Amino acid sequence: MKPVLTCRDIKVDFDGFYALKGVNLNVFHEEVRFLIGPNGAGKTTLLDVICGKTRATNGQVIFEGSGQIDKMQEHKIASAGIARKFQAPSIFPKLTVFENLELSVKQKKSVWALLTAKLNSEVKAKIDYILEKINLQNERNREAGELAHGQKQWLEIGMQLIQEPNLLLLDEPIAGMSGVEREKTGYLIHDIAKECSVLVVEHDMDFVRNFSKQVTVMHEGAVLCEGSMAEVQENEQVVEVYLGRGKKVC
Amino acid sequence: MKNISRSSYALLFIFLLCAPLFLHDFRVALLAKFLCFAILAVGICLIWGYTGILSLGHGVFFGLGAYCVAMYLKLEASPTGIPDFMGWSGIVELPGLWKPFANPYFAISAAVIVPVLLALVLGYFTFKNRIRGVYFSLISQALVVVFVTLFIGKQEITGGTNGLTNFSTAFGISLTNRGVQQVLYFITVGFLLLTVAFALWLTKSRAGKLLMAIREGENRVRFLGYNPTSFKVFVYCVSAALAGVAGGLFVLQVGMISPEMMGIIPSIEMVLWVAVGGRYSIFGAVIGAILTNSAKSFFSESYPDFWLFFLGGLFILVVLVMPNGLVGLGKSVGEKITSRIKKKEKEDVQHEAGPYVS
Amino acid sequence: MKGGAAMEIWASQLFNGLSYSSFLLLIALGLAITFGLMKVMNMAHGDMIMIGAYVTYSTQLIFSSFMPQNMFDYYFLFSIPIAFVVTACIGWILEKSLIQFLYNRPLDSMLATWGVSLILQQIARTIFGAPNVAVKTPSWLDGGLQIAAVTLPYKRLFILVLVGLCLTGLYVYLYRTAAGRRMTAVTLNRQMASCLGVNTRKVDAGAFALGSGLGGVAGCALTLLGPVGPTVGTNYIIDAFMIVILGGIGNLKGTLIGAVVIGLISTFVEFGSSATIAKVVVFALIILFLQWKPFGLISTRSRALD
Repeated sequence: MKPVLTCRDIKVDFDGFYALKGVNLNVFHEEVRFLIGPNGAGKTTLLDVICGKTRATNGQVIFEGSGQIDKMQEHKIASAGIARKFQAPSIFPKLTVFENLELSVKQKKSVWALLTAKLNSEVKAKIDYILEKINLQNERNREAGELAHGQKQWLEIGMQLIQEPNLLLLDEPIAGMSGVEREKTGYLIHDIAKECSVLVVEHDMDFVRNFSKQVTVMHEGAVLCEGSMAEVQENEQVVEVYLGRGKKVC
Repeated sequence: MKNISRSSYALLFIFLLCAPLFLHDFRVALLAKFLCFAILAVGICLIWGYTGILSLGHGVFFGLGAYCVAMYLKLEASPTGIPDFMGWSGIVELPGLWKPFANPYFAISAAVIVPVLLALVLGYFTFKNRIRGVYFSLISQALVVVFVTLFIGKQEITGGTNGLTNFSTAFGISLTNRGVQQVLYFITVGFLLLTVAFALWLTKSRAGKLLMAIREGENRVRFLGYNPTSFKVFVYCVSAALAGVAGGLFVLQVGMISPEMMGIIPSIEMVLWVAVGGRYSIFGAVIGAILTNSAKSFFSESYPDFWLFFLGGLFILVVLVMPNGLVGLGKSVGEKITSRIKKKEKEDVQHEAGPYVS
Repeated sequence: MKGGAAMEIWASQLFNGLSYSSFLLLIALGLAITFGLMKVMNMAHGDMIMIGAYVTYSTQLIFSSFMPQNMFDYYFLFSIPIAFVVTACIGWILEKSLIQFLYNRPLDSMLATWGVSLILQQIARTIFGAPNVAVKTPSWLDGGLQIAAVTLPYKRLFILVLVGLCLTGLYVYLYRTAAGRRMTAVTLNRQMASCLGVNTRKVDAGAFALGSGLGGVAGCALTLLGPVGPTVGTNYIIDAFMIVILGGIGNLKGTLIGAVVIGLISTFVEFGSSATIAKVVVFALIILFLQWKPFGLISTRSRALD
């Protein structure tokens, strides 16, 4: 099977500190891949490299249909079909929920296209569909900045979905959510995966256990191992990394 | 809320159309000048209020628009075909730069095109490199210094510190004639109306919402697949064009333009007009320009020394106390009143309902 | 023979350029410190120069009326610390009354401090009148140092020495004293410094006073270069802004390099053509430079989204 996304030997040098030391990763169609690992493992940096926010010092990112994307500008990468949800909700606080989604709809993104864009029934239907999915139907005309934290997270996920991406990058999507909200988000992610591949960075192990099939463990800027959660938990290196060497000796 | 804003626009334009009926000619001429400023203020509102880019250099675009029209007027006023000040510098042949401006249509289009081109070039080379915030503001201010020194330094071409003045006819019609002045006034009102209509359409369009999104989080916009550079260059060019139009209309009515009118101080004052009215509101920009300039002419007639204190205080006040300007103030007062009325109604209802509940 | 004369001209222009650079550096440092620390761009910084210059002028007046004649020549030395203290106090008051409400609102801070600038200028106009006043150079700064065929004016030499002293003082303060280290700490990481018990409010006010004081000293130096008027600061502040942009905002090392570059280019282009062309050339060069390094000479990579 051909992967949607291939990362080859990605290295990132932050003024002498290597945040990534040669990462290889394949993400396949309709896959939900979880990226886990201790703090500072380079998970977020890897997402940054894929979406163009951080430039890799070495290596290639190849995206199905667009070829090598690691030299492209951020907006070109986004247009190619990679959507990114950031860790801290980054929505447009002074715009309404509806307007936030309206701007995110998959459309031509030139100045002229936006000047002449009309809010037709097709766009409206899309927005309504997403609003329902992210459970914000009743908040559509509120300023996004007034939403609760969990709702903001959902809105941002919605903004990514409505772009109809081929690959969705989620950075800690459930941070700051309540138990019920977490579960909803988990099902939402699997729902999304029917249409696109998803790469999730997550710290919450229970959440990963419940909703993951394939897990990639990162440590100190490199991939430690890959497999199902059960396999990964058996891996000695992973145990060592998570629990620390001292504990193992005991 | 929508009705309130609609009726305030209607009131404003009815007032402007009727103003010549009850204002002295001198006041109408002043008002016409302020309306030119209002057109410019709408442009600043679009780029600063909506997009969050603070340009401290709009005086340059205003000045370029004004100079383009003034060059035509000056040529028409020079019987020898060479402007008087050039004669004083010993120039006997009209410089090539001036030649096309003998054509009024060229001059009028240049009044818009020249500022737009400058904004296009400067905007592209700064925004493309993600220079923004304070960096951009300082660069836009340096642009003013460059142009002002250039216009003063190249006296033989630009008329130096005195600028361009002493012209009285356009298309062979005398500009000082009362009827012509009135027609010019109504033309200015017409242009303002068009400007406001355009600005409202722009801000309501999806592009307008994207401009606001850029203000709220430029990088987020990139990851939605938009290139903020092109939108920022676009809005910079639009506001430069409006400043150019304002400059052209200004020179027709005031009859002079000099580097002093496009300098650092007027440029930053232009931002203040918008801040006073309310930076997030087109209506605010218009009334801000009119009111601030009315205050200025009042002070400089009565207490010239006091004006700068007042102006300085206004800058501080607007930033610290009323960041949303007069419109914001009006809105919050309005909301207080309506909420009080609602509260009262609620209480009344409760009073009436009281016996039944108990 | 001709070659020798050209060499002399080059050498003296180089010297003038360096002296002008050092003067600009003094102004830009104050700006860089306050912007680096509190993200406030102080448009009234130019007026600190103006105040410093008027303080020098006033000191001169006081000396000529109240001090014995033989003391007059030393008024200038007295005026420097006085100017520093006066402008530092004004800066401190400004920070306490206005600037502290403008943290992390860089654009708004520009507008509000511009208002302050207008008020300060009008106060100066009210006290000293609108026309320029001239400060009499003390006699020991007349003439110049003769090296081979090149004359280095004492005035400009004095400015270089003065700036050198200020830089040394600033360096010692920032890196060798506890108060200075606190300031560096807050610049680098405000929250962390605050957690470690640094009173950031106090540091901010102190830094603003320090920056303003440096502007005041620059004002003293200015009186050696030309006449003094209420708007004199505006002429130099724009150049200082350009230095800050060139060097990378809030970066002291970058500021130093930026000042030398802009001072030298201005002086040489001005000498080769005219002051008008010099302004245009410097502006064009800055825009060109920013195509290559948009965030100034020295910038750091950050992980924040905005």
